[in-house]
Amino acid sequence: MSTQTPQPSQAAPDTTRIHNIGYRSYDGPRLGRSYARRSLFSQSLRGAYGLGRSAKSKVLPMLLFGVMCVPALIIVAVAVVTKQTKLSIEYTQYAIFLQVVIGIFLASQAPQSVSRDLRFRTVPLYFSRPIERADYVLAKFGAMASALFLLTSVPLLILWIGSLLAKMDFGTQTQMFGQGLLSVALLSLLFGGIGLVMAALTPRRGFGVAAVIGALTISYGAVSTLQGIAYGTDNLGAISWLGLFSPITLIDGVQTAFLGAPSSFPGGEGPGAGTGAVYLLVVLALVAGSYGILMRRYRKVGL
Amino acid sequence: MYNPTVARLTYRALLGRRRALILFLLPAMLLVIAAAVRAFNGADDQVAADVLGGFALATMVPLIGVIAGTGAIGPEIDDGSIVYLLSKPVKRPSIIFTKLIVAIAVTMVFSAVPTFIAGFILNGNGQQVAVAYTVAALVASIAYSALFLLLGTISRHAVVIGLVYALVWEALFGSLIAGARTLSVQQWALALAQKVTGDGLVTSEVGLTTAVVLLAAVTVVATWFAGHKLGKLTLAGEE
Repeated sequence: MSTQTPQPSQAAPDTTRIHNIGYRSYDGPRLGRSYARRSLFSQSLRGAYGLGRSAKSKVLPMLLFGVMCVPALIIVAVAVVTKQTKLSIEYTQYAIFLQVVIGIFLASQAPQSVSRDLRFRTVPLYFSRPIERADYVLAKFGAMASALFLLTSVPLLILWIGSLLAKMDFGTQTQMFGQGLLSVALLSLLFGGIGLVMAALTPRRGFGVAAVIGALTISYGAVSTLQGIAYGTDNLGAISWLGLFSPITLIDGVQTAFLGAPSSFPGGEGPGAGTGAVYLLVVLALVAGSYGILMRRYRKVGL
Repeated sequence: MYNPTVARLTYRALLGRRRALILFLLPAMLLVIAAAVRAFNGADDQVAADVLGGFALATMVPLIGVIAGTGAIGPEIDDGSIVYLLSKPVKRPSIIFTKLIVAIAVTMVFSAVPTFIAGFILNGNGQQVAVAYTVAALVASIAYSALFLLLGTISRHAVVIGLVYALVWEALFGSLIAGARTLSVQQWALALAQKVTGDGLVTSEVGLTTAVVLLAAVTVVATWFAGHKLGKLTLAGEE
């Protein structure tokens, strides 16, 4: 254009040309929807442990992972040295004892998984790829649950290997290990769902963290206070029903009823099979409900 | 020192829309629990002290302190909008001071008032339990707000660090290791509450003088240091 001499009134239309600057259509392989979903899953799972992010964001998840594993290592070391015939902690009890660590992990990682996408309005970019709403939600949900499962199952694995090193009975230990794995899998699904729902409702990271920890800790604090009072006033029937109102006591109730775990309710009075079925139903309903809420949340997001 | 405009903006940031929800939820829960306990159990001074000490002072006050203290400044630093505030001719220590006043006010309103009401629901202020825990909540509000406001200016993970302090240090270590209780805002506040109500249900691990000195020191030093940090704040990019 700059090479042309300005001839505004005389410019003839036949001097304009369309240049071919070599645009070509893409003819490589198209990896498609399932590939995009898998990428999103693995990226979110790695992100939960700070992999592929800055060194500073690796500190907290790795620290919490270490804190989860250290008690297991200590228990195993004690069991091997003193030649115990039984581990000093049940597999199913481990996650209950370290629930604060799990809660902090979830509170710090669930918001980083979803809140930043919402705050910087990058969600529409995901949906410009060949993925659907369900793929996004499933990938994020699956990644968070898997991250929690890793966090809770690795210590159990340490305990199991340690119990075999200490020459405990293989059959019994493996069965109890399996029950423990089942319980933490349920816990991961439940906590992951609750954490993501809380985080997806607040684009601000700080409020997301507080909301998640609030949902877990406050409900547990309230339930255990009320259970303690019910126990103190010989209201034993109320104890197992009160447990329905906080995530960790729900898991505790389910594993007491079906997975042969000792209850950590006051007085050791866990729910029986009938009440336990209610517990299991509530857990499954909460998992399905958090999936439903997430699907609703992402229906109109960022557009 | 107090700047009304900064205060108004901070109130709106803290109480705007959904954020206030979590602040209302906790006190509502305390009142529901108090009512339930009263209905189940009748008035009992020891139970009232347990509920107020275990749930209100140990869980609710620190959580609201974390939300109000870090929420007063954290999100602004996080998303970079603090530059618009810093570029105005307002002294940075006075920004911190104003935000501290707002955080203290919010924490007090949302923690001390419900504690007082819950105390009356539980046992009608028998043995001064409600007054004692309200005093403790008021005192703790000041120290928590200053502490968590400082955290908000120092770290991007202020909420997590604040929660770890409140839940792991005060609740977990405090119950296992006696020494940890000396360094706990909760115990300092309880020491004051014990003085106010005389001997009775409220006990603290810390002496009154120690508690007052430590409370004042923590509040003043944290506020000064937060002003100092804000004075030489550099904005970090998003990771």
